[in-house]
Amino acid sequence: MSTPMGFGRMHRKEDARFIRGRGNYVDDVNLPGMLHGAILRSPHAHARIVSVDTSAALAHPKVRAVITGETLAGLNLAWMPTLSADTQAVLATDKVRFQGQEVAFVVAEDRYSARDALELIDVEYEALDSVIDAKKSLDEDAPLIRDDHEGRADNKIFDWEAGDRAATDALFERAEVTVAQDMLYPRVHPAPLETCGAVADFDKVTGKLTVWCPTQAPHAHRTLYALVAGLPEHKIRVISPDIGGGFGNKVGIYPGYVCAIVGSIVTGKPVKWMEDRSENLMSTSFARDYHMRGEVAATRDGKIQAIRVKVLADHGAFNGTAQPTKFPAGFFGVFTGSYDLQAAHCEVTGVYTNKAPGGVAYACSFRITEAVYLVERMIDVLALELGVDAAELRMKNLLRSEQFPYTSPTGWEYDSGDYQKTLQLAMDMAGYDALRREQAEKRERGELMGIGLSFFTEAVGAGPRKHMDILGLGMADGAELRVHPTGKAVLRVSCQSQGQGHETTFAQIVAAELGISPDDVDVVHGDTDQTPFGLGTYGSRSTPVSGAAAAMVSRKVRERARQVASAMLEASPEDLEWTVSESGGSWTVSGTGVGKTIQEIALAAHSNLELPDGVEGHLDATCVYNPPNLTYPFGAYICVVDVDPGTGQVKVRRFIAVDDCGVRINPMIVEGQVHGGLADGVGMALMQLMAFDEDGNHLGASFMDYLLPTAMECPSWELGETVTPSPHHPIGAKGVGESATVGSPPAVVNAVLDALRPYGVRHADMPLTPAAVWRAIQGNPIRTDLAIT
Amino acid sequence: MQVPASFEFERAESVEHALELLERYGPEARLVAGGHSLIPMMKLRLAQPDALIDINGLAELSHLKVTGDTLVIGALVRHAALLADEAVGAYFPIFHEAERVIADPVVRNRGTVGGSLCQADPSEDLSAAFAAVRAEAVIAGPGGRRTVPIREFHVGPYETVVGPGEMLIELRVRIRPGAGSAYEKVERRVGDWPVAAAGAYLRLDGGVIAEVGLGLTAVGAEHFAAPFAEAYLIGKTAGEAVLREGARIAADGCAPQADQRGPVDYKRHLAGELTYRALSRAAERSGS
Repeated sequence: MSTPMGFGRMHRKEDARFIRGRGNYVDDVNLPGMLHGAILRSPHAHARIVSVDTSAALAHPKVRAVITGETLAGLNLAWMPTLSADTQAVLATDKVRFQGQEVAFVVAEDRYSARDALELIDVEYEALDSVIDAKKSLDEDAPLIRDDHEGRADNKIFDWEAGDRAATDALFERAEVTVAQDMLYPRVHPAPLETCGAVADFDKVTGKLTVWCPTQAPHAHRTLYALVAGLPEHKIRVISPDIGGGFGNKVGIYPGYVCAIVGSIVTGKPVKWMEDRSENLMSTSFARDYHMRGEVAATRDGKIQAIRVKVLADHGAFNGTAQPTKFPAGFFGVFTGSYDLQAAHCEVTGVYTNKAPGGVAYACSFRITEAVYLVERMIDVLALELGVDAAELRMKNLLRSEQFPYTSPTGWEYDSGDYQKTLQLAMDMAGYDALRREQAEKRERGELMGIGLSFFTEAVGAGPRKHMDILGLGMADGAELRVHPTGKAVLRVSCQSQGQGHETTFAQIVAAELGISPDDVDVVHGDTDQTPFGLGTYGSRSTPVSGAAAAMVSRKVRERARQVASAMLEASPEDLEWTVSESGGSWTVSGTGVGKTIQEIALAAHSNLELPDGVEGHLDATCVYNPPNLTYPFGAYICVVDVDPGTGQVKVRRFIAVDDCGVRINPMIVEGQVHGGLADGVGMALMQLMAFDEDGNHLGASFMDYLLPTAMECPSWELGETVTPSPHHPIGAKGVGESATVGSPPAVVNAVLDALRPYGVRHADMPLTPAAVWRAIQGNPIRTDLAIT
Repeated sequence: MQVPASFEFERAESVEHALELLERYGPEARLVAGGHSLIPMMKLRLAQPDALIDINGLAELSHLKVTGDTLVIGALVRHAALLADEAVGAYFPIFHEAERVIADPVVRNRGTVGGSLCQADPSEDLSAAFAAVRAEAVIAGPGGRRTVPIREFHVGPYETVVGPGEMLIELRVRIRPGAGSAYEKVERRVGDWPVAAAGAYLRLDGGVIAEVGLGLTAVGAEHFAAPFAEAYLIGKTAGEAVLREGARIAADGCAPQADQRGPVDYKRHLAGELTYRALSRAAERSGS
């Protein structure tokens, strides 16, 4: 594969080290004298801590320190702020509030001794009644989980609403047709293959703290450590090395990170703490857990008029969701989806339960997963009610291209779209009419085949900063570009790759703007001492924000190059034009063909060439990109399944995915991201689940119970694309990292339910395991968030 | 991090040496072969043996051959070897069909037949397959060797008749000309333990069931078998109604437990459905 001078397919620059086993992850960091930490966790979902006796653990010959909630309370660090302006226990002091909560931290000379010493800590608990079923969390007799909050009487976190209630209700009152459906988007987990962890190294002499940590937001972490621990920010360096997957699991600060830091300060040695798989699944950011009721009002001939939604949101024991401050339900407000309707209203109530905190993770685009699932299931429910084809109903109600930019009934400004074209392409690729004919023939024979559609619109690339911040930190991102004398460049960005291919994509952006090879651009990221400030990588924001910053900073450098070239060519800057030929970019005197290449200009910029007044020399620039709006990628997905009525097993036979993410920088990387997201969708729809029994025991705490899809469950993906550029993004790109994760689950679920239509099944909750499908056929669906009994 | 508690480690040089080591370390010693159940349990600290006795070097337990009318499978035969063996596939398609859905290739390269049976997981696939074909287990101990019918080998979940100082040596299965067999499993995802699985072994004589063996796993079938269904089926003509009724009796004899793989009614339904499917395919193969 050749290297393009800018956009196009090229192999990922980072892959050379990964495929040679030369990646450098946090667990690869080994420092002289390094100690090892391990966390003692609560076996109870809800219990009062009567006493913690660490004496036997401290007597272990290889144990250097045991840190408890009491230790941290002495440092005013027993509690830390969450990303949603709540507090979370670092190590429990008063109570434990979910199974797996952090209770004590052992620092020992090796990881075996640290683990052995956990068994020597004696914690006396007084078990309390727990809140496991979110639907019972607001009952009058529900146990109070957050009695640490002064004056709190119940488990409610917030009520939030969006849209126009009166206008919506009025449309429902006079609607010809209304449908309603309860549905659960169950609690799932991003489960990155690399778990969370940290190496903390506090240098007593310099006072500098270095933390290696697989964080998606290294700069935000540094600022938060400064604010929480009172450490001077310039004495904190956060290094996020290669990351083995993030998916939102690695946005927040976990108790283990704080414990590793305190452990290093206490012992004077570097301390490594690496979570194991069960710890990751039990205690770190889960996703979703939205109990939703959707309603649609429509005309008899299938024109949707209004959507009404009520949500009960299970946030776990601490409100630790990671989203912009003004959006307690994330971007769920885009639940009107891709459709032209008159009014909409939603109410979301967030509640505490005795489960791990989190909620916004797993490539969800700040809860657009839940919103898209809701509206796409409701469209199918309406199609069933009206007796019309689900594709036809969508086509009839999709926004039309002339309506963009479009302001939704809940106030979102969709930047660009051409929805019918995208849906039509997906239907053509699928051979939609032929599939429906095949389905009809199979139904005659008693065979179950289903065809499911989903049309999603995403809203990604937060800020703008005036609307979007996290704990007061505005969502704008910096970039710095330096061109060396020989024309090779280094781009420094604030975002952090967890596998997205930033080192390639951003090099291609700079390459396209400067007319040099992407091979001549190094991308530096993930080290707060080496990169400009910014909020990091999540919510599909890297290309919309940092990608834009990379383009803008390149244009600044190009302008500087014009000034230098004008001195070299003794021509006025206004008389120079930028040209890119096969050999690269040049500033050329208009109409003469005489010019200087960017490499020649770079050398001159560092030379003794006399420059015009006000031109500093060298070839570098910085910028901070504050996005004017989100970008709105969209897509049409079609899933074909076969269901075995005797066993309930679902086989995904085909999956057609047409994505429109605006201009594609590296189509191969885009397709890779779509492939991953589609596999995620199959996993969520068919097998992934974290249920809890009545005592709050986590029933999905290992990969034996929490199932990730494999190649065997995935068909050969059939991808298509349309390109509708974003009008406000410098290169017309939109985010795409989460599109497929957002868009695919409803397509799979709609396909399975389409297959079950002969049985009169209207809805069944994810995951559609063989048992869940068989029970749905029996008319006795299982509740997937609780233990199966 | 998941790390095991400390333990002694010994590498056995022969069966006799392994037996000596078992005697020396006592009942808290464990043999380790593929280690795909024991090692994860140790890392989770659900198992904390005093000593591990590694038998991976014992070539004398890796034999896989047909001797006369008997298929002999050494306890250390890897899943992958059983799956790759042509004679096994020709005489006992049930083993190949079961092996194809046991875990994944990486596990099958390492995990052993004997380890699977001795782990005695109530959802283990080969236990059902061996129950269906009525294998015999050869066990070595300080007093010599003894042979146990496989349907007496498992005495409960994670419990076998292999005593503290003993070890499983091999499995022996008699080859009956003209018999057919099949294995059916429902799993939530490839590589998962079964929600339910059933194996059938059938020899027809002029359309009449002359011999039948049924094995069921993950559904609480005692000794992984379905003796009442077998008793019903024997001597009857293998038509759809008869096989359905046999499958129903097999399902009735199960005592499944609800877990996240499914509720009791579903598992019982599967026991019947999969038994029927396995019987049907075994019948098709019989006599060929």
